[in-house]
Amino acid sequence: MSKITRQDVEYVAGLAQLRLDDATKGRLVREMGDILAYMDQLNELDTEHVEPMMHAMEMTNVFRQDVPGESLPRGEALMNAPMHDGEYFMVPRILEGDTA
Amino acid sequence: MTTPWHYKSAMEIRNAVRNRAVTATEITEHHLDRIAEVDGRVDAFTQIWRDEALAQAAAVDEKARQGRELGPLAGVPVGLKELLATRSGKTTCASKILENYRSPYDATVVRKLAAADAVFLGKVNMDEFAMGSSTERSTIKTTKNPWNLKCVPGGSSGGSAAAVTAGECAVSLGSDTGGSIRQPACLCGCVGIKPTYGRVSRYGLVAFASSLDQIGPLTRTVEDAALTLNTLCGRDPMDATSADLPVPDFTKALTGDIKGLRVGLPREYFTDALGAEMREKVEAAVDVLRRGGAEIVSVSFPHAQYAIAVYYIICTAEASANLARFDGVRYGFRHPAAKSVEEMYVLTKSEGFGPEVRRRILLGTYVLSSGYYDAYYLKAQKVRRLIKRDFDEAFEKCDVIAGPTSPIPSFEFGSKTDNPMEMYLADIYTISVNLATLPGISIPCGLTASGLPAGLQMMARPFDEETLLRAAHCHERMSGITLGPPPIA
Repeated sequence: MSKITRQDVEYVAGLAQLRLDDATKGRLVREMGDILAYMDQLNELDTEHVEPMMHAMEMTNVFRQDVPGESLPRGEALMNAPMHDGEYFMVPRILEGDTA
Repeated sequence: MTTPWHYKSAMEIRNAVRNRAVTATEITEHHLDRIAEVDGRVDAFTQIWRDEALAQAAAVDEKARQGRELGPLAGVPVGLKELLATRSGKTTCASKILENYRSPYDATVVRKLAAADAVFLGKVNMDEFAMGSSTERSTIKTTKNPWNLKCVPGGSSGGSAAAVTAGECAVSLGSDTGGSIRQPACLCGCVGIKPTYGRVSRYGLVAFASSLDQIGPLTRTVEDAALTLNTLCGRDPMDATSADLPVPDFTKALTGDIKGLRVGLPREYFTDALGAEMREKVEAAVDVLRRGGAEIVSVSFPHAQYAIAVYYIICTAEASANLARFDGVRYGFRHPAAKSVEEMYVLTKSEGFGPEVRRRILLGTYVLSSGYYDAYYLKAQKVRRLIKRDFDEAFEKCDVIAGPTSPIPSFEFGSKTDNPMEMYLADIYTISVNLATLPGISIPCGLTASGLPAGLQMMARPFDEETLLRAAHCHERMSGITLGPPPIA
């Protein structure tokens, strides 16, 4: 099941929003194939009745009172943004047309 | 000859500062000079905060002049791993995608150290997003091992380990997801402790794999590790996964007595995978514990061989989710050529992340993707449970587990970078501790024939750092092993 194809790499790269050149795709087919083949050794184990350990420790929901509190000032929230207008984060236009 | 300040322990430094035998400013200037002297060769520091460090030290001295009580880390020079959020300087994670990122807040551990009157000298190098075992994956610089400048310092907290070993700071903070504090501590010959998951707040630690990451100190002595942990540990309302448990005074646990302590040796850790020289050093270290009155018992981890597979499924899955936030909108690098939102995401991530980070994102996306989730991710979570059970059963027979930290000593640059699987195996003895959410420590246990450090790893029950530190401290005192200054001196 670890046999990984170029199509698999391209499919996963699409999901992960990564663009890969041809040489990298070829290398990843080999490397991911090796790593996944190593991971396949887990199939030696019968885990049908084992409860998965989904969390590192006992998890409880975290609730707080629904009252407004201090938040990051707008200037600080925007200070690392590659593009902003002082009020909002800016991204490339997503709709065609002249109107903003 | 008296030990120079840059090789004195944090405890000695803080005692001297508190007794007014030296000022925090003198200590800080001395260490800044030391960095100027050796860091051109070691390359541990990525940012040096000269003015801020001197201002911090002056504030500590002013506090002393006013007769106010100084904190437990008064004047102790500290280096911070590049993935800890700090208002000072930048928080780059050694990645192009965050190369200009300035955090609007301090990580909780940073606030706690500052409140304890520690002095931050700057930030230290790491593998990009903590993904690596050699610090060769940094986009900033290549940190060298102070014992041999042709060899790696280990990773991902390689800068943290090299800086302490080279006498550039007395304490550094690292993070440990699968061994990233203990393995570089072993390879550089210093002390590194990964506290129990939940012991230390992760607020302000840029996440790699959230269910495994834990912050911890790297130091020159076990006592310094205990002293620093006193400050770092405790419940933090900003981190829902931090444990609401009392924090003992860890330095009080260092009694020097381990009579009757049961030390478990896992059979599976002493196989052909362990290099002969490392095995010899670790066995000698276990003998020291035996001579100290510990009872050595054999324990078994039948699922140990599966730990690396489980780890790389879980950590890549969590990493792929955590790193999805770097989309070029709110912070970090944005590719200038992007003409659409979709293109902005794709070009930003493709150029912003380095090859190892991209590989892990792809693997994580694969194991979480439709059709593979049950086969990989769910399966790994079930085997993680079996690994945890192995530890639970072992701790019915013993109080501490001892073994090697790394199968091999430090290796030369480039010798493993082309083979990811071989690099992943460098963490074979450390990974299970993270999967089982236990505390683990690595302490030096000698030098190999080629002059490279070996490390003894010990593990304890969850939240039993006291027993872990007591055993480690006892070994340190009894063994008489002092690696001494590395040859960069």
